Amino acid sequence: MSFHDFWDVLVLGAVLGSLYAVIAIGYTLVYGVLQLLNFAHSEVFMVGGFGGVIALTIFVPATDPSGLQSIAYVAVGMLFGAVLGGTVAFFLEKVAYRPLRRRGAPRLVFLITAIGASFFLYNLVGKLFGRNPMPMPSMYENKTVVTIFGSTISVTQALILGSAVVMLVAVDYVVNRTKLGSGIRAVAQDPEVASLMGVNIDKVVSRTFVLGGLMGGVAGFLFGTTNQVFYTMGFLPGITAFAAAVLGGIGNVRGAMLGGLTLGVVEAFTVEVWGDAWRYVGAFAVLVLVLMFRPTGILGERVARTA
Amino acid sequence: MSGPELDKNPGEQGTPLLELSGLRVFYGAIEALKGIDLTVGRGEAVALLGANGAGKSTTLKTVSGMLAPRHGEVRLHGERIDGIASHELVRFGLGHVPEGRRVFARMTVLENLNMGAYRFRRPDPDDLDRVFGLFPRLAERRKQIAGTLSGGEQQMLAIGRALMGKPELLLLDEPSMGLAPLIVEQIFDILREVNEQGTTLLLVEQNASEALQLANRGYVLETGEVVMSGPADTLLADPRIRAAYLGEHVEVD
Ligand SMILES: Nc1ncnc2c1ncn2[C@@H]1O[C@H](COP(=O)(O)OP(=O)(O)O)[C@@H](O)[C@H]1O
Ligand SMILES: [Mg+2]
Repeated sequence: MSFHDFWDVLVLGAVLGSLYAVIAIGYTLVYGVLQLLNFAHSEVFMVGGFGGVIALTIFVPATDPSGLQSIAYVAVGMLFGAVLGGTVAFFLEKVAYRPLRRRGAPRLVFLITAIGASFFLYNLVGKLFGRNPMPMPSMYENKTVVTIFGSTISVTQALILGSAVVMLVAVDYVVNRTKLGSGIRAVAQDPEVASLMGVNIDKVVSRTFVLGGLMGGVAGFLFGTTNQVFYTMGFLPGITAFAAAVLGGIGNVRGAMLGGLTLGVVEAFTVEVWGDAWRYVGAFAVLVLVLMFRPTGILGERVARTA
Repeated sequence: MSGPELDKNPGEQGTPLLELSGLRVFYGAIEALKGIDLTVGRGEAVALLGANGAGKSTTLKTVSGMLAPRHGEVRLHGERIDGIASHELVRFGLGHVPEGRRVFARMTVLENLNMGAYRFRRPDPDDLDRVFGLFPRLAERRKQIAGTLSGGEQQMLAIGRALMGKPELLLLDEPSMGLAPLIVEQIFDILREVNEQGTTLLLVEQNASEALQLANRGYVLETGEVVMSGPADTLLADPRIRAAYLGEHVEVD
């Protein structure tokens, strides 16, 4: 692999990894407050993609958009992705999980419900919008923005990387510096004591789902900008992002970021060196290897939380 | 050492700050509290004593809304509060320092204190100064992760955190548990100061001697029932109490 190829692959991996990181935040935040592996989060991502595509199809982009129009289209797509992702996540929590919490259902029931909700959502979307991929309307001319070390970065790549970084910085701020964030962290550490401090657990849990859903929805739209959206598009990125959250240490926000970037880069290099058939082998081999030596993930807590 | 003053006894005058009547609490089929009557007057310090499993923690958890009674009432300022969720009860001026301290181990000391003020828009800097005044050790360690503090420091933090919520009534569940005598002494001195500054205390303890030296009055629980109550010095002098809870410390007058 030449130096030039190396950079190309690294950029590819970083773009992919930044998307995984954004999706992984949704898994890790929800796991933090509920110890729930929310497998339906991949569908929040998928629905966000559809939200963006459908909104843009309705607003019918001009065939030759001006720079300002391009920005407006992207903004509309992101907005609809976010709103749809956030809404689905909100109702997912309210309809599927909250009744289980009320009844103190065992962990396994939550897990089965999550998988059921995932089946329900992607089949619903498949039924409503068809099982063939929907193309993303063209919003801009995908030209090269910059060239670094001879490798090019396209508008789409810059868009994904840029918005992912903004979202990651924002969510880090929310979790560590805002009142909602301190509520989220308190509930993750000791929900009973958090409520003694005046934290409304239901409210915090609901907002945690919405926060993860907004980001997952935007990620779905961004993923769609690389080509198209389809009803099962959540599955592989969802599983990979979930693996990323585990790799970084599930429950840990910065761990999810690190895990996402790592798996994206590993995936890109695996494909480059061994071919597309090996795409997920490299990433999951890394996951297995890391967990063998650090069962709680790269940034995971070494001490089990006390019940 | 402050002895109980008869004129401070709340039962006789006005509405008590906290009043439990006929309180029965169940864990499934197990009846943990079998009809508790208890009052705490404004400004008082009341000790709740009893062996392991007597129902002391259950009583406090019922007051702060973590458990709901099947029968009986909890009144604060004369208003019924049983059935109100614990996150709403903090607004009624209730603070609860739980058994085993339970600080937020992955937050800093300062973040823990701010959590105590969660019910306010933002923490009151005067409260922070007050807590740091009571516990200078917390001020020195404000940036330290709470999980790395010693047991005594964690207890101070748990008390400071509760004070950040400006409680009128502070419930304390075994603040001396597992701490060295010197630290226990320090913590009780500070609790005395907190009480003198106007915060009412309901103190659960197995360390009957320390608790009764701080308290005006006391109750003794046994398997979910109040078996004895009265002014602290009466209890402290009672041979049954001395035998049961002050074991090694019995000194024959
Ligand atoms: N979560 C629970 N489930 C079932 N029984 C409990 C639970 N918590 C406490 N108990 C029982 O209730 C009784 C009172 O417990 P507790 O209030 O914790 O006692 P204390 O604080 O005085 O040691 C004990 O018999 C205890 O075993
Ligand atoms: Mg107890």
